[in-house]
Amino acid sequence: MSLIDISRNLLFVAFIAYLVATFLFGGSIKQSNATGKNTEKWGKVAIVVTIIGLLSQLGYFITRWIYAGHAPVSNMFEFTTAFGMFIVGAFVLIYFIYRVTALGLVALPVALLIIAYAAMFPKEVTPLMPSLQSHWLTIHVITAALGQSLLAISAVAGLIYLLKVVDLKKPSKQRFWLESVMFFLVVVLGFVIATCFFSLLGYDSTYTYVDKEGNGRQIEYKMPPLFGMNEYKAIEEHGMSPLVEMPPLINAKKLTTVVWSLLVGSVLYLLIRLIARRRISAIFQPFVKRVNLQLVDEIGYRSVLIGFPVFTLGALIFAMIWAQLSWSRFWGWDPKEVWALITWLFYAAFLHLRLSKGWEGQKSAWLALIGFAIILFNLIAVNLILAGLHSYASA
Amino acid sequence: MENIICACGHSNPYGTKLCEKCGRPLTEEGKQTKVVDMRYDGMAIRSKTYNTTIVDKIWNFFSNVKVGIALIIITLVAASIGTILPQAIYVNVPEPSKAEYYEKVYGLLGKLYNNLGLSNLYSTWWFQILVGMLAISIIVASLDRGLPLHKSLKNQRVKRHESFMKRQRIVAEGQVPNPEETLDKVEQKMTDLKYRVRRDGSALLAERGRFARYGPYINHVGLIIFLAGVMLRLVPGFYVDETIWIREGETRAIPGMDGYFIKNNKFILETHDNKPQDEQSNQGVNAMAKNYQTDITLYKQPDGALPGDTDNLKKLRDYSIRVNHPLKENSFALYQMNYRLNELRQMNFKLVNKANEEESLGQIEIDLTNPKKEYDLGNGSSVQILVYTPDFSGFKDGEPQTQTSIPNNPAFIFKMTTPETPKGEVSFVEIRKPPFEPLGENKYRMKFTGVETRNSSNFTIRKDSTIPMLFVGGIIFMIGVVIGSYWNHRRLWLQVEPDGRVLMAAHVNKNMFSMKKDLDTVTTFAGLPPYEDQLDASEDVKKSTKEKEGDNNL
Repeated sequence: MSLIDISRNLLFVAFIAYLVATFLFGGSIKQSNATGKNTEKWGKVAIVVTIIGLLSQLGYFITRWIYAGHAPVSNMFEFTTAFGMFIVGAFVLIYFIYRVTALGLVALPVALLIIAYAAMFPKEVTPLMPSLQSHWLTIHVITAALGQSLLAISAVAGLIYLLKVVDLKKPSKQRFWLESVMFFLVVVLGFVIATCFFSLLGYDSTYTYVDKEGNGRQIEYKMPPLFGMNEYKAIEEHGMSPLVEMPPLINAKKLTTVVWSLLVGSVLYLLIRLIARRRISAIFQPFVKRVNLQLVDEIGYRSVLIGFPVFTLGALIFAMIWAQLSWSRFWGWDPKEVWALITWLFYAAFLHLRLSKGWEGQKSAWLALIGFAIILFNLIAVNLILAGLHSYASA
Repeated sequence: MENIICACGHSNPYGTKLCEKCGRPLTEEGKQTKVVDMRYDGMAIRSKTYNTTIVDKIWNFFSNVKVGIALIIITLVAASIGTILPQAIYVNVPEPSKAEYYEKVYGLLGKLYNNLGLSNLYSTWWFQILVGMLAISIIVASLDRGLPLHKSLKNQRVKRHESFMKRQRIVAEGQVPNPEETLDKVEQKMTDLKYRVRRDGSALLAERGRFARYGPYINHVGLIIFLAGVMLRLVPGFYVDETIWIREGETRAIPGMDGYFIKNNKFILETHDNKPQDEQSNQGVNAMAKNYQTDITLYKQPDGALPGDTDNLKKLRDYSIRVNHPLKENSFALYQMNYRLNELRQMNFKLVNKANEEESLGQIEIDLTNPKKEYDLGNGSSVQILVYTPDFSGFKDGEPQTQTSIPNNPAFIFKMTTPETPKGEVSFVEIRKPPFEPLGENKYRMKFTGVETRNSSNFTIRKDSTIPMLFVGGIIFMIGVVIGSYWNHRRLWLQVEPDGRVLMAAHVNKNMFSMKKDLDTVTTFAGLPPYEDQLDASEDVKKSTKEKEGDNNL
């Protein structure tokens, strides 16, 4: 077995371990609801399995690093997988400070979704382009991802807080938005399912099209084309033709992927609602019934406090140093840079609101969720839609 | 404004909320609440005290945290708008046609975006003013609160009044059998827990991590130094940003760096031998580059030489400029930014008789960057270049025009003189086109025989003397933010009355969880009465009312 195979298997082991640990955490909370005993035991087993998963993924990371000759954070698959790993790491750290098992029940599924999402991108080891050939790639990207992961834990705590306090029996804005968060998570799952399904079928259609600057180009769809590129012509088409042609500004292939994910996600969501006969938030609510709200609120705040300096260092300071070395200027208002600044400003506002205006509890929890949404936007949308100088990350 | 005299006799400056000496609440509001606001330890805050003159009003505006947060949010939203469409600097078309590009590619939205100046959003006056206001807000708010806080923390008394103690979040009250022993035990334990303990009679103050309170102010200082560094760029001499194209074999003066010359020895492009990936081919990149490198030699004029004088250049060193590895010299840095492959360097022509093209009267080699006026072929023949256009774009008023000075599409008007045609024949020659003969049919023509090409490299020349200042600002910011985030300020007050009644209070600026661990330890060790978290008990009752307020504010 070659190094890269070992690496792949270790990642798979990690994924399974996180999955098992999620159920163990769920079990530990169920136990505590029922008898109040055994919690310790279940919780201990759950965290041990989580740590085994984390070590296994660390093994994936290191073996891939050795194989590729550079830190595996240079494309969408590698970076997003590492982000998932750091979220688990951040969770383990916070767990050992506060020992709140409910955190695992939310943090691990989020990490699982992120890793599954990552696995939908090309997994080949690719050589580095010249601008990435620097130790600063390792330093900048890993620190930034670590900071983002710590900040993500505050969203995990925020979600738990809201699941407990929002009254799901009466209609309210909060109930709607909370369920929207749940729906979004299901849509990510929808993306994973749709991608896996069509890739198992081996779906492939190729078209030529004219891009926004008027150049002729070629594009390959891995999902049945719902939308066609500007002035598309089929080279090799299977199953269906695009239903609508899109103007040149819109990447119809990506739109197709988004719509398929939404479709599959919605069907999945409806199925869950039909089977469970309640909102997804309501499914999770019993699990967080016993959490100490003040403690969860503090965890949310503390993880921002821990994550904010790390994020600043990685995503702004190290980024500036590298940009100065590589691009000759430390700051160039590239979309990725701007969105890192936006994330930073947002969490600065979060801290000021909390310190001076007393935004704690629910408001703070919502802010934490918005912050995580910005982080995800920077990861997904900026790479795939606004692609500027950082566009190599989308390959 | 009059001073406030506290019941304990201490005279406090106007605006003080908690007596500087004993801690009694001085305002009606403070006397009503169950837990006092300890944010600035109850000191008089200028912005909360005066609001009459225009200076007060401006001061109060900028020191207002609400205004600060609003400025952060506005900056954040404005910055995000700049990412909707690419900024003009990233649009790869010549400056004059950028407006056209936005309209052509993005339609009405693009036109609007460009016309509103959003395509240069980060250099618009209003965005800069926004950042400037944010900076003022940081300075004013830090002075407004930081100075009083510092004064208060420095002059803390050990003994506080009961009304102060009872209005802390953590309180405990009860009897202990041996007051003196209790105080000793608490001192011992708190010292073990790395607190600084001070005693004053039957009162005790244990304090840890006071410096954490200064974290926010330190990081604000760092931010201001950083922003000042950015502004310093506008001062001449601090910032140089030039660009140079240089062809292989050429030696040129480096713009912005007086007296320095650079020679391009060779440009090297290496590619990975891999299949292009999906996204790369979308972006029109075929093979993935592995290395962009220019081997150069750096020269310096001797002292006192005239500008542009290339005699007696002193060789400094050879270097390979690569991406991520700029050439550094005398606080300047040269970065590999761009390249052009196979640029025409030289064109070769033969002068031939149309009737018998095999026979040549001689060959000329035209250096396309520096063509000669006349080439003498001997034997009475010569070729004159009447007009040379390096990048021919068509005729205007009968004159050939050139788009740029780069030899992308060279064209010539030759005058060919031979013994047979002593008056000379005129011919217009464009690359890969049949010759055009404006003055009637010629006997002779210039036959194209070949080209020589070379690569050229583009460097950015950068000097940024503001970098050290930015670096210092960044480091101070990081130190401040780490101090403020990873440490916290914990305080415990303990007073034993002569009758054995003990009163304890504790305050922490964040991270109550850890503070409670300390409290549990010391309570157990010293046999103190159990403490109460005054926010904890009422949490569930207060929550419902608090939340409603929250929604209104959202």
